[in-house]
Amino acid sequence: MSVLVIAEHENGQLKPETAKVVNAAVAIGGDIDVLVAGTNVADVANSAAQIAGVNNVRVADNTAFEHQLAENTAGLIVELAPSYTHILASASTTGKNTLPRVSALLDKSQISEIISVVDADTFKRPIYAGNAIATVKSNEAQKIITVRASAFDTQGEQGACNIEPLSMNISNTLSEFVGIEQTESERPELNAAPVVISGGRGMQNGENFALLNGIADKLGAAIGASRAAVDAGFVPNDMQVGQTGKIVAPDLYIAVGISGAIQHLAGMKDSKVIVAINKDPDAPIFQVADYGLVADLFEVLPELEAAL
Amino acid sequence: MKVLVPIKRVIDYNVKARVKPDNSDVDLTNVKMAMNPFCEIAVEEAIRLKEAGTANEVIAVSIGDKACQEQLRTALALGADKAIHIETDIKLESLHVAKLLAKLVEQEQPELVILGKQSIDSDNNQTGQMLAALTGRSQGTFASKVVLEGNKAQVTREVDGGLQTVSLSLPAIVTTDLRLNEPRYASLPNIMKAKRKPLDVMAADSLGVDLAPRVELLQVEEPAKREAGMIVESVEQLVTKLKTEAKVIS
Ligand SMILES: Cc1cc2nc3c(=O)[nH]c(=O)nc-3n(C[C@H](O)[C@H](O)[C@H](O)COP(=O)(O)OP(=O)(O)OC[C@H]3O[C@@H](n4cnc5c(N)ncnc54)[C@H](O)[C@@H]3O)c2cc1C
Repeated sequence: MSVLVIAEHENGQLKPETAKVVNAAVAIGGDIDVLVAGTNVADVANSAAQIAGVNNVRVADNTAFEHQLAENTAGLIVELAPSYTHILASASTTGKNTLPRVSALLDKSQISEIISVVDADTFKRPIYAGNAIATVKSNEAQKIITVRASAFDTQGEQGACNIEPLSMNISNTLSEFVGIEQTESERPELNAAPVVISGGRGMQNGENFALLNGIADKLGAAIGASRAAVDAGFVPNDMQVGQTGKIVAPDLYIAVGISGAIQHLAGMKDSKVIVAINKDPDAPIFQVADYGLVADLFEVLPELEAAL
Repeated sequence: MKVLVPIKRVIDYNVKARVKPDNSDVDLTNVKMAMNPFCEIAVEEAIRLKEAGTANEVIAVSIGDKACQEQLRTALALGADKAIHIETDIKLESLHVAKLLAKLVEQEQPELVILGKQSIDSDNNQTGQMLAALTGRSQGTFASKVVLEGNKAQVTREVDGGLQTVSLSLPAIVTTDLRLNEPRYASLPNIMKAKRKPLDVMAADSLGVDLAPRVELLQVEEPAKREAGMIVESVEQLVTKLKTEAKVIS
């Protein structure tokens, strides 16, 4: 067996998801290569080479891959595909965008968002917003898989393995990058933070999200949100936690003014410890909370900040 | 321009899915079904293009058993001009669906196909991307804004880092995210009118696509239950519990 893991990176840095996807690859078994596609990705490649279990890092440093357009990256992965029995990527927006395109080009059924590896052909994945867990067996000769990174441990480190430059020319007349609006934040990333504090519609407006800042500072937390808070324009879309937002599983998740809809729970109910602050004692969020505080968030958030 | 909108019949988003006692699958008997929410957004976007005069025909298509004609009628009531039902009783994988849709794209030659980014039952998030690959078209996934200009579609995409904008050459495939629009409700007169709009039925196996399964569903289980928690009386008690019992803060 041989596994190709697509590296997840941004702004010249390898993202921590990659080591978790490698962890899934180790569970599958066989030789593991990592593909780094982008521009100025030398640091990314060096970091990938130090993930324990990786044999070879293949680097396609080319402007065609600068913005990770699916049309380009999929073309590259398809070129490399014949050497591999498994191709894995994180179920990030990049992985979700690219891998199904690869799958169809290779005429293979894809398995999305696995949360565990049973054996090299068999995987578990959540369906119905995580209200059921399916065990599926792929009969394809080549498995194309996205991995829910939050469900896997990270890999340790190793002395750097071999790094191999690839010279690939991919031309794309179908799509073009126009621009990106990135949310700048000094805080840890949602998917990597040990603590996440999220606000919902109960926060009432964007300014009130500042009430979460002091607590997040003290706990080294990332700040998330419910869909209602994003839709209402309180905060940007990349803060949404849930079935269709980011899936997080931190040590501590604090839900503030969030009712606990199925779709929100799908994104956070695998957190180790859940705290809910809500003024409605019947809010469904309390059914998954380890510690519930029935209170007005505007009263207790300043108290909480002071108590930490 | 012609717009094709594939839609799926799924469990209503307010209903919590239950697993069958024999763990063979999710139990959908007597469960309320509806159009997948992301597909509703796709239908809405297509209708708005028609209202703006950019599109002149909106075709809704659904693949599945007879029951999905109910969702096709809904799409017609919302403003689609015509519906196509590709009938099959087989449980299909996303690749099969994409292949059937690719056949339809070949026949109908729509300049734009708008699909939901994922269905809330299988949560696969694959079909649009696969259709783009099979038809050799560009893809704009997870769209929160679509602007058509000449032979280009400018699509703003919701990505993990923020919002990415790409320019796609038409014909193109777009998949919808939640914030693309707010779907309307069908009015009673439009529901009545929809009954007279054309709904063509074709058998899935007439399209020459191999629908043999490639992935087996071995088992479906309930997710691990969380242990019951407690209600704390004060912030002080909460902080103490988090420090001494849960040990997640210091
Ligand atoms: C296809 C689809 C996908 C979706 N995906 C997602 C997703 O990924 N993520 C997501 O979050 N949602 C998602 N949703 C939306 C979801 O169904 C809910 O609508 C949403 O999660 C509700 O957000 P909320 O809890 O902030 O708002 P509400 O449900 O309005 O809850 C607000 C809560 O705040 C409490 N509150 C109000 N004021 C105070 C106060 N002063 N002090 C304390 N508590 C207060 C209220 O008691 C209430 O419980 C999706 C929906 C659909 C249909």
